[in-house]
Amino acid sequence: MNANIPEGELTGKWTKLRSSMPLVNPANKRSIEIIIVGSGLAGASAASTLAEMGYKVKCFCFQDSPRRAHSIAAQGGINAAKNYQNDGDSVYRLFYDTIKGGDYRAREANVHRLAEVSANIIDQCVAQGVPLAREYGGLLDNRSFGGTQVQRTFYAAGQTGQQLLLGAYSALERQIGMGKVEMFTRHEMLEVVVIEGKARGIIARNLITGELERHFGHAVLLGTGGYGNVFYLSTNAMGSNVTAAWKAHKKGAYFGNPCFTQIHPTCIPVSGDHQSKLTLMSESLRNDGRIWVPKKKDDQRKATDIPEEERDYYLERRYPAFGNLVPRDVASRAAKERCDAGYGVGQSKLAVYLDFTANTERYGRIEATKHNIHNPDRETCMRLGRDVIKEKYGNLFDMYKQITGEDPYELPMRIYPAVHYTMGGLWVDYNLMTTVPGLYALGEANFSDHGANRLGASALMQGLADGYFVIPYTIGAYLSKELATKPIPLDHPAFVEAEASVRGILEHFLSVKGTKSVDFFHKRLGKIMWEKCGMARNAEGLTSAIAEIQALRKEFWQDVRVPGEMNEFNPELEKAGRVADFIELGELMCMDALQRNESCGGHFREEYQTEEGEALRDDENYAFVSAWEYKDDVKFELHKEQLKFENIKIAQRSYK
Amino acid sequence: MSTGNMNLTLKVWRQKNNKAKGNLVDYKMSEISPDMSFLEMFDVLNEQLINKGEEPIVFDHDCREGICGACSMYINGRPHGPKEGITTCQLHMRSFQDGDTIVVEPWRAKAFPVIKDLAVDRTAFDRIIAAGGFISVNTGNAQDANALPIPKFQADSAFEAAACIGCGACVATCKNASAMLFTSAKISQLAQLPQGQPERYRRVQSMVAQMDAEGFGNCTNTGACEAECPKGISLENIARMNRDFYSAKFVSEEEV
Amino acid sequence: MASFGNAFSSSIGKKLIMGITGLFLILFLIVHCFINALIFVNDGGLTFNIGAHFMATNWLIRASEVILMVGLLLHIIQGLRLTFQNQAARPEKYAVYDGKANSKWYSRSMGLLGTLLLIFLIVHLSNFWVVSRFTGIPTEDANGHEDLFAVMKETFQNVWLVVLYVLAMGSLLYHLLHGFASAFQTLGWNHKKYTPLIKAIGVWYSIIIAVVFAAMPIAMYAGFIN
Repeated sequence: MNANIPEGELTGKWTKLRSSMPLVNPANKRSIEIIIVGSGLAGASAASTLAEMGYKVKCFCFQDSPRRAHSIAAQGGINAAKNYQNDGDSVYRLFYDTIKGGDYRAREANVHRLAEVSANIIDQCVAQGVPLAREYGGLLDNRSFGGTQVQRTFYAAGQTGQQLLLGAYSALERQIGMGKVEMFTRHEMLEVVVIEGKARGIIARNLITGELERHFGHAVLLGTGGYGNVFYLSTNAMGSNVTAAWKAHKKGAYFGNPCFTQIHPTCIPVSGDHQSKLTLMSESLRNDGRIWVPKKKDDQRKATDIPEEERDYYLERRYPAFGNLVPRDVASRAAKERCDAGYGVGQSKLAVYLDFTANTERYGRIEATKHNIHNPDRETCMRLGRDVIKEKYGNLFDMYKQITGEDPYELPMRIYPAVHYTMGGLWVDYNLMTTVPGLYALGEANFSDHGANRLGASALMQGLADGYFVIPYTIGAYLSKELATKPIPLDHPAFVEAEASVRGILEHFLSVKGTKSVDFFHKRLGKIMWEKCGMARNAEGLTSAIAEIQALRKEFWQDVRVPGEMNEFNPELEKAGRVADFIELGELMCMDALQRNESCGGHFREEYQTEEGEALRDDENYAFVSAWEYKDDVKFELHKEQLKFENIKIAQRSYK
Repeated sequence: MSTGNMNLTLKVWRQKNNKAKGNLVDYKMSEISPDMSFLEMFDVLNEQLINKGEEPIVFDHDCREGICGACSMYINGRPHGPKEGITTCQLHMRSFQDGDTIVVEPWRAKAFPVIKDLAVDRTAFDRIIAAGGFISVNTGNAQDANALPIPKFQADSAFEAAACIGCGACVATCKNASAMLFTSAKISQLAQLPQGQPERYRRVQSMVAQMDAEGFGNCTNTGACEAECPKGISLENIARMNRDFYSAKFVSEEEV
Repeated sequence: MASFGNAFSSSIGKKLIMGITGLFLILFLIVHCFINALIFVNDGGLTFNIGAHFMATNWLIRASEVILMVGLLLHIIQGLRLTFQNQAARPEKYAVYDGKANSKWYSRSMGLLGTLLLIFLIVHLSNFWVVSRFTGIPTEDANGHEDLFAVMKETFQNVWLVVLYVLAMGSLLYHLLHGFASAFQTLGWNHKKYTPLIKAIGVWYSIIIAVVFAAMPIAMYAGFIN
């Protein structure tokens, strides 16, 4: 596998490439058409930037507005190596933290580039009017996130993703208003059209009329997000899906590291079978919340009745250096370990406490000093501290109360890990191009920057880095050779054939008239995946999961019930297509997890752990990216991209 | 299905498509758990409809955590239901009583035509933003983010306006179907930031013109929008927009 | 030459006209109310007639009367247009609309309250304004001024007119309760420090104006004033 990483020193690779990249002159840009699927941080930023540069852009999203892409739900923040806090941050340190956080399974060159452009992202967003949090002096504020020892996370209350997306969205709408981007909302991409080995367009379904449309592009960019919904229950939006990426995969794009899934440690626990999604409580809460379980098994007492000495602050105990701010994979596994051992709390016993009492009191004491109250009693401290907590996390506390019916100001929150992000995705080279020439993947849809585990506040960074600062340069390398390519007529056999195959699949779903709803199959898939390919995996479970998923796939295609018609607004039909793809992906995820005989980051194989229960990597045999090629009839072939660590000494990850 | 003990009667607006005539249809729901969200209750209903061979109810939804702005049900005469400061997806069945009758309608406004059942077309909002809800800065032109200090009070105030999720509850609840709260939130966010100054007066004029062209009603300051906004966007934004509009029309010499 | 463009025809412009004319009418009501309240001096209308005479003869007042009439007409016409346009913005109504959950009934009923006031105004103007300006006031008081007080007294012997006036003042009360603060909001005069004050003044203003006006026909009918 050739990742096309530029030669030279790590720190100079990107600068050099940027200056030597072939350019497309303005007159030629006007006649080059680019299709962008997805309008989240990656898609919207790429669409607006490429349109600003002069390309003709068509942008597609399945939502009713580009502003609703799921990037909007990111809460905590965005990292950038600005070193505004003067705490020793640097591009190198962000690069190092990300590689280490990713458990040494990411590409050095990509991650370094990400760290380099991180500072530009903040500048760009502020220039767009994104109201990031500020201090009284008028300068930007930062907070800390898991897996780092510096404060480099920029934020806008608990709505950072929303504000950044609205920034990118407004840039996109500006281009739409100027006629430089043609926007297709409520459109779903259902096939990539490949002509003579190059991506040349897509088939999209107008979700309102149900019509299939053919669109030509000199290049096709996918910014279609992750596939966490393969687990049915996740923090992803209901509509988030793998379909675009999966169709690309089936057309020749290799799928990278599909088994690398991030389980986020702080989510609201599942309350019943009716549940349709899980809600994240931002990682930023771990700045001020202490995680604990009772020391006694099956303790029935109310959290507030359990005295301090009978609480096990297990993260602080196991990882004194990072404490509650260990990376997500570590925190999630530790919670699972305690609950599996019988120390879980709440009705389901699948939850741990996230407790703000200590820090509320600490803030209260500081406030009391500010108010000239000497020797304040505990009650005063708690009262004053509560206002500070409210200012910082008010919206999250309200959200928690709304969902659980419990007041987190009175009782500690109950949290449990949930599927949140997928580090895996379409394999791309340094230029973000997949193995299909002219087909690119950006943001969460690609596999590139987070290795086996993503650090908090890095997803927003990567999405925007790819869209604003990487693809606008790297796409030139491809497009500069496409100047002679005239728009391909839409009646080209490849378009006709692609449309026919899409129509065939949709008509099949409608014709089955089986007995079970799409959701029924989705839930079953989710259960298999969560139990056997979730927070902990083993060879036996994975093997049986593969067989179960294969059986489920067969049953799905024979027994699914999709009501309604093709030529109308039919969300059940949309879901059927997505779940069909999830089922195939689920099988590949299990295969990938099964072949990776090591534990690293979000991928924890029970067979491979240290005596203390930490993940045990095998750098000798598994320091590679698994890139899967789709073969006919849901068969896959593994290719390996060997990872070289020339600038970082690969070591056992320690947060102790 | 995890079962609960609530029994409900739903009256839901069914409309085949934009051209068809719609009507309210009754559905009896039983064994609803108070821990379900309102949309999860609809999931249960849809599952039942599919199993019975009927067409499920179409409704917009996505993130299910109150931030994407997709969900849009008009429940018992109020957008996003009876509770304040939340979206429909954050509404839980514990906010209702056993035996309640719940009427669910789509957002109704000329500028928000019904697509099917409870889903409406809100692209008018996108067009209002496209008319001027941005700062014209191309990628790559930005100065250092801290080169421009912004007082915290001002930044916070801009953020409060920027918290709008574009759900359209303001339009839905306004007796005039006016979009002033939505439009003013974006205008006010950018007008309070130094970055937004160069285009400040162009922006207010073009966005208001687009808003009018979309067929929204006029503002009569009833305050219903502010009361129903899930993100607590304030009427102050409308006043600020009005001020800027007058400055643009009567003080500025620039014509837009 | 640069023009004002759609300054007045846009949605904000239309509201601006409502706001400005509304505030002008609010100012007028203060003057009107003050002059009329002179009947409570209870001197057989002598003081009141001095005021009325001043109002009828001062050229500045007469000039403002023209502006007042234009303003009133604008307020009415624009108000009706807004009402119809706003109706059209929601062609299909809700089956259930819980307005009271989020706003005051009178703020949602300005069109209706305004229409009631318009009907009242026609009666009111024909009772007094037409008489004093056009058909002429038949008698003079002891000072030799036209005795508008006598016209008033006679008019308010009709119990139906008294009831109509009192009800109309009820409409006025609620129209003002919303209109006063609303006009400031429309003009963009919203400020965290002053808006609460404006709202409070608006409430007091509305109550005082409506009560004082309503007290006049009642007092005259009941014979408290001679």
